[in-house]
Amino acid sequence: MASDWSDPRPLSPHLQVWRWHATMASSILHRVTGMALTFGAAALAVWLVLLAFGAEGAVAFLFEGWMAWVTRFGLIALTWAVSYHWLNGLRHLMWDAGKGFDPKGSNLRSILIMIGAVIPTAALWLSIGG
Amino acid sequence: MSDFRTPTSRVRGLGASGHGVGHFISQRVSAIALFFVIPPFVWTLATSGAPDGDAMRAYLATPVGAILTLLVLTAAFYHMRLGVQVVIEDYIQKHGMKTFLLLLNTLLTAGLWLAAVFSLVKIAL
Repeated sequence: MASDWSDPRPLSPHLQVWRWHATMASSILHRVTGMALTFGAAALAVWLVLLAFGAEGAVAFLFEGWMAWVTRFGLIALTWAVSYHWLNGLRHLMWDAGKGFDPKGSNLRSILIMIGAVIPTAALWLSIGG
Repeated sequence: MSDFRTPTSRVRGLGASGHGVGHFISQRVSAIALFFVIPPFVWTLATSGAPDGDAMRAYLATPVGAILTLLVLTAAFYHMRLGVQVVIEDYIQKHGMKTFLLLLNTLLTAGLWLAAVFSLVKIAL
């Protein structure tokens, strides 16, 4: 079946033709971490409902045996995601204020934020000894 | 049928795109709220003794735990609904599916928020 697209003019280049660069990665990561945090918040809501009804035993398997490691990995990833989204969100607010549009600085800040998000993640998990 | 409205009146309110600038501002306002409440929430939640159920309930029953959780849940679910809406609008082209997912997004975030708030109040009071 032919495509619905009948306009003969060339399409603009799409995602896969671009060389990866820092600001592109940080933009995509902002969206990816946002979606991850959405699922994290939904899980938190379900967890609160279970707690309210004393039914948290229903998800006790998440903290037992090898599943405990999967859960721990997920929570550490989520901590990095919230750290990243928080830092990059701050950058978005700076952009809204008209600051930080220079290409060199933008690339540098993209990398700094990706690495910087590791700091609160590590600080939190090392201090609770999880 | 002729349209007697002026070009200005057509772009006022919801505007030509159908949603106006309200979405943009709401996303930023909730982002600023989350900027302040997320760090203390994540820290106090992580150090509350979670995932132990009794420790979590004790945390949620303290004024700081209850108020922080309520603030974060409210700002975050609002911010999430707006963010996921943009993702759906960007990637889903078919009108029917897009409408369905946008509706699901609104109902799920509102439903989860209400269920979580009820649970929190039940634990805290």
